Amino acid sequence: MIPGIEALKIISRNQGDSVMITTETPYTVWDSISERREFHLPLINSMSKASSIGLGLALGRPDLKVQVVDSDGSLLMNLGSLVTIANMAPENFVHFVYQNNVYGLSGAQPLPGAGKFSFTGMAEAAGYTNVFEFDELEEFALTLPEILEKPGPTLVCLMVEDSGPKPNIPPRMTKHAYPEVRDAIAGMPKG
Amino acid sequence: MTTSEKILTPTSILDELKKLGVTHIVWLPDTESRFLYDAVSTDPDIKLVPVCREGEAIPIAMGLILAGQKPVCMIQSTGFYESGDAVRGLALDVGLPLLIFIGYRGFKRDGPIVDSAATYLEPVLGAWGMEYHLVETDEDVGRISVAYAETQEKSKPVAVLIGAEYQQG
Repeated sequence: MIPGIEALKIISRNQGDSVMITTETPYTVWDSISERREFHLPLINSMSKASSIGLGLALGRPDLKVQVVDSDGSLLMNLGSLVTIANMAPENFVHFVYQNNVYGLSGAQPLPGAGKFSFTGMAEAAGYTNVFEFDELEEFALTLPEILEKPGPTLVCLMVEDSGPKPNIPPRMTKHAYPEVRDAIAGMPKG
Repeated sequence: MTTSEKILTPTSILDELKKLGVTHIVWLPDTESRFLYDAVSTDPDIKLVPVCREGEAIPIAMGLILAGQKPVCMIQSTGFYESGDAVRGLALDVGLPLLIFIGYRGFKRDGPIVDSAATYLEPVLGAWGMEYHLVETDEDVGRISVAYAETQEKSKPVAVLIGAEYQQG
């Protein structure tokens, strides 16, 4: 298992010019570990929709890389999005899944089917171009730059465990972050 | 000619959307919109984004707006109910300037409405404070531009209720 916050730090180090969309447990820490929060949309008040927002952004700005840091419980609520994303096939779309097998924000109740289902299996069957799964931190850190170079859509499932204290920076509300991110994206020249 | 004898054609809707500069239609087709789907899916100017479930439509449109595009959503009333949390948490709370076309399944101007998909639609929109406009014939399509202007001026979602099946014409 990968310490969850360490996995997020590795993603953050590789953010580059990507626009990030996070949800559930990942949004609670992202602003505290990212140096580019103007390119970060935390999705707080509509669970499960991060992958769909990311798809829209990726389709609307194919010149930008879009990285979604989804959670397992969230993606389970929106499994059809795997098919929708694969059908539209945005090459600039990377879909991380933070899989800790629990509803982390509501008291760590186990997910239905925890340990039985496979997000990489479902994404591959849906038609994602690339799928990866990691449960070891160093291997993930070494492989991620190469993964981000591949034309997507790409799904990267991270088998994580939540550990240690979380940074004490409250996440921004989606409605407050949205105009900041919209303006930051509009300011990026279309390539 | 009475209202019920006039028709709603896909061409009139498409022309109105093009006039507004709409770039994408995020859509899950319903039985009433077959002819419009046929027209949009072969139109080179507007991109179609098909979804598996209506709840995906609002967040996909949100991402497109974030990217500077001009999407609209097209779903049936049943799918609008299914999209409830996305309408609440994204379209309304964030304040998306988004036009949502809703197929008004079961709507009858001149007869009793017995389909609960129609019965609850306007009360639900009203409960959420969402403005809406009814389009039943080609003569009504100008209301689409009125609704679009409201989305932009007030930065909020506005619904266009499609109260008739599209006809070839």
